[in-house]
Amino acid sequence: MLAFIIRRVGQSILVLLIVGLVAFSMFRFIGDPIDNMLGQERTMEDVERLRAQLGLDQPFPVQYFRFLEGAVQGNFGVSYRQGRPVAEIILERAPATLELALVSGIFAVVLGIALGVFTAIRRQGIGANVIMAASLIGVSLPTFLIGILLIYLFSVELGWLPSFGRGQTVMIGENWSTGFLTESGLKALILPAITLGLYQMTLIMRLVRSEMLEVLRQDYIRFARARGLKDRAVYFRHALKNTMVPVVTVIGLQIGSIIAFAIITETVFQWPGVGLLFINAIQFVDIPVMAAYLMLISVMFVGINLIVDILYVFIDPRLRVDRAGAH
Amino acid sequence: MAELRVETVERAVEKGNWQRFRESDFFYSFKRSPVAIVSFAVVCILVLSAVFAPLIAPTNPFDPASLNLMNGFTPPMEPNAFTGESFFMGTDDQGRDVFSTILYGMRISLFVGAAAVLFAMTLGIVLGLVSGYFGGWTETIIMRIADVQLTFPSILVAMLIFGIAKGFTPVEYRDQMAIWVLILAIGLSDWVQFARVVRGATLVEKRKEYVAAARLIGRSPWAIMVKHILPNALSPVLVIATISLALAIIAEATLSFLGVGAPPTQPSLGTLIRIGQGFLFSGEWWILFFPACTLLALALSVNLLGDWLRDALNPRLR
Repeated sequence: MLAFIIRRVGQSILVLLIVGLVAFSMFRFIGDPIDNMLGQERTMEDVERLRAQLGLDQPFPVQYFRFLEGAVQGNFGVSYRQGRPVAEIILERAPATLELALVSGIFAVVLGIALGVFTAIRRQGIGANVIMAASLIGVSLPTFLIGILLIYLFSVELGWLPSFGRGQTVMIGENWSTGFLTESGLKALILPAITLGLYQMTLIMRLVRSEMLEVLRQDYIRFARARGLKDRAVYFRHALKNTMVPVVTVIGLQIGSIIAFAIITETVFQWPGVGLLFINAIQFVDIPVMAAYLMLISVMFVGINLIVDILYVFIDPRLRVDRAGAH
Repeated sequence: MAELRVETVERAVEKGNWQRFRESDFFYSFKRSPVAIVSFAVVCILVLSAVFAPLIAPTNPFDPASLNLMNGFTPPMEPNAFTGESFFMGTDDQGRDVFSTILYGMRISLFVGAAAVLFAMTLGIVLGLVSGYFGGWTETIIMRIADVQLTFPSILVAMLIFGIAKGFTPVEYRDQMAIWVLILAIGLSDWVQFARVVRGATLVEKRKEYVAAARLIGRSPWAIMVKHILPNALSPVLVIATISLALAIIAEATLSFLGVGAPPTQPSLGTLIRIGQGFLFSGEWWILFFPACTLLALALSVNLLGDWLRDALNPRLR
């Protein structure tokens, strides 16, 4: 068990070091950083001084190590386009993305589980079949088209909801701007959250449905019915509970995807989050922002996978029993 | 006498190829599946109209001489208020015929999609064969990279690779190279599936006697891998390639829609949708609607064809 954890942590660190090397190479080899920082009018002394000051005259491994040191402390340099520290820009943008991801995550989990249970229980019903067919269409539509479709329906035709931006935001503390507290902020959240969560919702729904169908066939469900338990108790207390292990795993793994797909949703809705920042950085080749995003997203994905892998051994009692038996 | 008999046998085989195909299970299952026939027909029509776009398109949307700004924003099937010209799918803000831009855009989308899948397939097959056949350290390294890459969504990988590759391209070539950078990015984001399947098949095949026999008569490892093992692993590769093509077309459209794909000088379907979104609010729906429908029809029919192919080639499901 301990050996497994150590090996997994070691692998994760190796992956992050390699991603760091890629990010560092972008800094070092795309254009000359000195050119980017000093303007047209400069003397050779200035160049040499700045080169020494930034440590660019040091050997490659030393520079790489310094870059990692800075990255761990959240120091990714200054954005070429905005002229401000990258960490500051990302911190400013993070609340927008996190709030969007949270709302669409809740939407996906709650509606996904509810519809999954419904379609499993009423397998032959018209409603369940309609939902299953709709989910197929939903999966094959690209995210950005779903967003445009929703904008067309609810903003252009009906005029109910705003089509871009976050609405009015309120500052909580020093640096967290929230859209949860104003009416326009909440309204602005609805369409992006549905766009972002729809794919995950169908995924969870289909998973819950197939797991439920699997579980409902088993003997203990028949015995529960034979004991005269009510339908509700059978479905929710006995059946649903046993579908949760794979569902929780998938939900965990999908957290990363939600943040990644937020890039697309944020662009469609001009949502001022980290994803839109990243897309703009690619368009304008703003290397420090790109490198910082690359590092951030890798830390997140590698971290989530590591946690899910380790938790899996803890959650699934069968794995634990096997191990206890082996020792 | 003996020679003559050999000749007749050969001719029978030659003549039988088409017949054998028509009598095969594969063709039978195609004939029996309306979904497969319809989606195959749609794919054929779309691909042919993309290939022959210069012949079919009423105008060349990239030839400024053929454009008339007065024709801008003409609704579909209605004569223009100034010039009286009428367009099947209307025109965009610059007076370009939407139907023609879709035909040309589909060329870019299909080319990028097909080239990316071809690239991913080649890379995946080579890495899969090598790691399955040689094993050891090579296998560990290749499959570890594959595992790590699988934990990231492939659209994100494509975006990151596009950004990095764009950064490394000299500024003056960026627009010219954008299409190739796009192919590289989507291809690199998609090789893992191929490598895994080919590796799995190689692990099974390399234990069989015909491989041992080939090794005994002294064939080189590369000849064994490519000529003997690979043909036995091709049918799952074909299925993955078809489904990957649908995914690659959508990935390309997504990247171009986000403005990090095909340049405005070579608009793909995604770029056209991006342009069309700007006119959604002013009521010019057709600039967005027709490219979006084309993209959907293309991606959906390739996808359905892939699904059918998977069922038809999988003996366990038969």
